Amino acid sequence: MIALLTRDLRLALRAGGGFGLGLAFFLIMAVLVPLGVGPQPSTLSLIAPGILWVGALLACLLSLDRIFALDFEDGSLDLLATAPVPLEAVVTIKALAHWLTTSLPLVLISPVLGLLLFLPAEAYLWLILSLLLGTPALSVIGTFGAALTVGLKRGGLLLSLLVLPLYIPTLIFGAEVVSRGAMGLSIGTPLALLAGITAGSVAILPFASALVLRINLR
Amino acid sequence: MSLAVTALACARGGVPLLEGVSFSLRSGAALVLRGPNGCGKTTLLRCVAGLQPPLAGEIEAAPDAIAYAAHADGIKATLSVAENLRFWAAIYGTTDIETALERMNLRALADRAAQNLSAGQKRRLGLARLMVTGRPVWVLDEPTVSLDMASVALFGDVVRDHLARGGMALIATHIDLGLPEAEMLDLTPFKAQLPAAGSGDFDEAFL
Repeated sequence: MIALLTRDLRLALRAGGGFGLGLAFFLIMAVLVPLGVGPQPSTLSLIAPGILWVGALLACLLSLDRIFALDFEDGSLDLLATAPVPLEAVVTIKALAHWLTTSLPLVLISPVLGLLLFLPAEAYLWLILSLLLGTPALSVIGTFGAALTVGLKRGGLLLSLLVLPLYIPTLIFGAEVVSRGAMGLSIGTPLALLAGITAGSVAILPFASALVLRINLR
Repeated sequence: MSLAVTALACARGGVPLLEGVSFSLRSGAALVLRGPNGCGKTTLLRCVAGLQPPLAGEIEAAPDAIAYAAHADGIKATLSVAENLRFWAAIYGTTDIETALERMNLRALADRAAQNLSAGQKRRLGLARLMVTGRPVWVLDEPTVSLDMASVALFGDVVRDHLARGGMALIATHIDLGLPEAEMLDLTPFKAQLPAAGSGDFDEAFL
């Protein structure tokens, strides 16, 4: 299990692993928005929470199709399915590796991008906290989508269409936490709902992903 | 320890390919599957490996006994030969990759990235993976594709040693592996008769 995680992390970090793709996208988005919207701090600080959350979500979406596609192409997925590790564990590890290589860097860089967008000072803590709580759900839901579309040539479009609606609750509550935090309002309810979505999807979706993966490998 | 298959029927892409296949393997025995392209050898092996459910029939094998080697070797191009092997060893809970490197003549390539290997060298690495699984039943799908004569002989020796230690091998191949003691099974007579249209399960179109 640890071996699978270290292998996936190593593959992501080596040449051609796609590490940094989401990060670069997130960075470009946050740099371009002030250019497009105009440099007024009042406008930017108003839309910053939403922009940062949408950016993180799209950056996450960008690398989803790699979760299983590469392993499917070179035959490792067949071999992993016949190996003595439960497929549910394989799926969970894959989601964890995706979170570590894609989402965690987004969380870490988000305060810097917040500066670019004039995010109010009191919102930084809530930005990091909401992304930390919300992005695991993005990775787990994305892994489910990747499992559904594994084996389809150019399945990326279908994958995005399948996954985006499932991402919306996380986006709404995540951005809500940050904007309420920026305005100094209480954030208890959206934060609890965000954590609830993550806890629920982490608990349930690996089983669903493993099931559809078994069907897709037939 | 044995592997027994009785009255197995299997399908690929919803089309039944084989029916009524029965055979059994005991410790130390090998069975070579023969048959023309598309007759269902790979499908049969995937059934035995547990990747797809059979249409009918039974497969009796000890749990966690089977090591499957498919057409694709499951090699990660950016990892070195040793890293690839070490990963599979860890997945199967073993540690010794030295024997496998030695026996498949990969020692000199151990630190080379797998993307720089030739097709035959990749295949040798894929077969070395079997040796680190430590599992008794080897299910091999055309193991000798892109191997040269010397490597085929090398692999024949590895299989023979595996059998001598009480292992089993189920091999689909078109060429002679140099295993005269292995039994042959031609799959041509087991070709499935196409069922009448509409008799299939409705769900089949979706699964």
